[in-house]
Amino acid sequence: MAKIPLNVNGSVYDVDADADVSLLSVLRDHLDLTGSKYGCGEGQCGACTVLIDGNPRRSCITQVGSVGNRRITTIEGLVQDGRLHPLQQAFLDEDAMQCAYCTSGMIMSSVALLKTHPNPSESEIAHFMEGNICRCGTYPRIVAAIQKAAKAMKEASQ
Amino acid sequence: MSNNPNWRLEPERYELNAPPAYYFEVDRREFFKFLGAGVLVFCVLKDGRGLQESGTRKRPQGESLPNEIGAWLHLGENGEVTVYTGKVEVGQNIRTSLSQAVAEELRVPVDKIHMVMGDTKLTPYDMGTFGSRTTPTMNLQLRKVAAAARDLLIGLAAAQWQVDRRRLVAANGKVTDTQSKRAVEYAALLKGQQFTQAIPAEDPLIPATQWAVEGQSLRKVDGLDFVTGKHRYPSDQKLPDMLHGKILRPPAFGATLVSLDTHDAEKMRDVAIVRDGNFVGVTAPTVEIASRAIAALHAEWKSEPQPSNKELFEYLKKNPAGGEDRAEYEIGSVEKATASADHRLQQTYNVSYIAHAPLEPRAALAQWSGDNLTVWTGTQRPFGVRSELAEAFRIPEDRVRVLMPDTGSAYGGKHTGETAIEAARLARAAKRPVKLVWTREEEFSWAYFRPAGVIDVRSGLRKDGTILAWEFHNYNSGAAGIRTFYDIPNQRIQFHETRSPLRQGSYRALAATANHFARESHMDELAHLVNIDPLEFRLKNLKNERLRGVFEAAAKKFGWGRKKTAAGQGFGMGGGFEKGGNVATCVEVAVDRSSREVKVVRVVTAFECGAIVNPDNLRNQIEGANVMGLGGALWEAIEFENGRILNGRFSDYRVPRFSDVPVLETVLLDRKDLPSAGAGECPMIGLAPAIGNAVFDAIGVRAVTLPIRIEPLPA
Ligand code: FES
Ligand code: FES
Repeated sequence: MAKIPLNVNGSVYDVDADADVSLLSVLRDHLDLTGSKYGCGEGQCGACTVLIDGNPRRSCITQVGSVGNRRITTIEGLVQDGRLHPLQQAFLDEDAMQCAYCTSGMIMSSVALLKTHPNPSESEIAHFMEGNICRCGTYPRIVAAIQKAAKAMKEASQ
Repeated sequence: MSNNPNWRLEPERYELNAPPAYYFEVDRREFFKFLGAGVLVFCVLKDGRGLQESGTRKRPQGESLPNEIGAWLHLGENGEVTVYTGKVEVGQNIRTSLSQAVAEELRVPVDKIHMVMGDTKLTPYDMGTFGSRTTPTMNLQLRKVAAAARDLLIGLAAAQWQVDRRRLVAANGKVTDTQSKRAVEYAALLKGQQFTQAIPAEDPLIPATQWAVEGQSLRKVDGLDFVTGKHRYPSDQKLPDMLHGKILRPPAFGATLVSLDTHDAEKMRDVAIVRDGNFVGVTAPTVEIASRAIAALHAEWKSEPQPSNKELFEYLKKNPAGGEDRAEYEIGSVEKATASADHRLQQTYNVSYIAHAPLEPRAALAQWSGDNLTVWTGTQRPFGVRSELAEAFRIPEDRVRVLMPDTGSAYGGKHTGETAIEAARLARAAKRPVKLVWTREEEFSWAYFRPAGVIDVRSGLRKDGTILAWEFHNYNSGAAGIRTFYDIPNQRIQFHETRSPLRQGSYRALAATANHFARESHMDELAHLVNIDPLEFRLKNLKNERLRGVFEAAAKKFGWGRKKTAAGQGFGMGGGFEKGGNVATCVEVAVDRSSREVKVVRVVTAFECGAIVNPDNLRNQIEGANVMGLGGALWEAIEFENGRILNGRFSDYRVPRFSDVPVLETVLLDRKDLPSAGAGECPMIGLAPAIGNAVFDAIGVRAVTLPIRIEPLPA
């Protein structure tokens, strides 16, 4: 086992873990960042989605040793200066959740989506988010929340 | 159904009658200490049914809701209200809707209310959170305790001010004198004293037409914890000094362990191996080490050949479980009526096993201190799991505490305590807390499935579309929703218990999905047989006003009867009632001409469940039920062979995803004159037959099996 430096939500941690351990395990078990969830372990459900240098990644199939010094953002790192990210606010406003176990993965994927598609259509959203499963079936509300956040972010930047 | 005091457990809740997951080897003396001295005769039956009939295992009988302590409420001197209920939150949003109920009656802001749910030490006994029972039962109970608390507070103020209590009103956490206008906070009335009050028998409730808080769309009370990732689900629980556990799974269901070589695993640092009969598990400081240790175990298992999904439906017909088939319902003479009918129709429908696949797999964290056991786990039956743990470890129930943190969904699939037992067994050996989280593959294989089933329907009708005879036999899938709501003078309806090749149990809406699929598909076939529009045909044979109401409302919104505008387009409907709710669903499909893949384009659901408690949450539940129902209707089916699940992961088992979602439109019929019923289950039952009927409308092929798969046309 070696010490692996990890840059998570703006802080650098030294983690005692084998390089082939999943980033998800390290986040949850070593750093106690349990907002990222396990749902499948094979990159199929999106519950574990985090951003690595802004790109959405499935942390369950990302080996911790492969991350290097790139910046990791988890759901716990989205709140800025005590303010919710517009997507978090929109998920609340649209009640885009039931059990909410998929929610952090959904929000992280949507953050990435809005970076590349600031004004996504319904079908663009469906296409981009296809890898995120919500077993409770709140998809229509998630689509509405993403569009609402897109609008709010556009207005804020004007 | 919801008002029927004789409401009983549906037979397809198989998991509640199943034998315990493990029989641990036990020290005889220990056993006697627990049971008292005497002769101990062991009879271990393989089949849970026998166990239940011989009465060796307690099982829940009926719905025991003790009136004295259904729920507790506490108002503290700081003005905080704490409510205790044995119900649990799995995404159906009752933490919020029950808070609303209390806020309504007690007249306090919702954010002053703290709900303690599903903690067997702190909350009153509750049989479990299932069967859409929370709204009709717990909601009422909490409203009653809250109303009683409000009355008590008004009484205190009246005594303090020496005024007639009829002058006083309670609102916003205060009692106010309508004449003098003086007001006092609830908390200030308490002055360090203790009061207790029993719930009055008469009904002091606010009628639905005057609701101020209930009937409103309120955001989730704990929504902030969810969107920030703060909420700790069962799989997120942690204790200092905790170890991680893993279980060695047999290669096939029912396999027995012949030999186990632990040599390699024992050499691993910080790894401990626990073996107890067929139970083999390990503990280690991390999940990864525990997994490696499991992989290092060399086990030899013995198992019997078992049926596969290819022969499933024949198997179910050919393997009665023994015991008598109960005639669920019989009136008139089906034989005579069939003989005199102008048309006769016979059809067989099948439904496959499907998995709940809750996004959070089973998880438990167990801790022993001395002989006392505490387990945090995701279950719909914390008290049931407490009994299972007490039984597994032969300790009295009062030594066991089960806590249920709000869980990553369940859909009827988390009624049992196997994970809790496994974690507790490992923790007992390790003498440290142990957490066990099932993998997705474990969840697919070792949880229980929605029962598969075969349904035979025979009917006879007159030329004018009047149904005369109806015979309906359900093999294995269950009896929920088995009775027809159409007015037919001659009926025979039967549920046949069958040996199941897989472990099976409750699933959202139980067999109502299968029974409605068969019934509503058959209705469509009959309508076509006599050339009557399917809506008209239904209404002709249906007197129930509530059902007619939803069928008409759905048809109106859908634009039923309009012309098709494209090849491969089809319209269909289905509906019924279950758990006090009435639903009708109209569906538009597009069937691809060559691949014959079915795409559901639009779904209109009309739903009526009495007085609506929270309209937005109701819509959310209806949309969710439709989306989830799409999976069982079109893709989901467990494949298995020789005691193994062949498609137990999300890359092999297709669940609904974003691009599958059709346009969903919901019509809510609010009946303030009727008691509120739950809505977690009923809205999904009309969908599958509506899709099947729409496929027939599109391409003339009748779907008789769920999931609906239409063979592509030969090239
Ligand atoms: S847990 Fe990583 S994609 Fe499912
Ligand atoms: S809200 Fe339950 S999985 Fe999405």
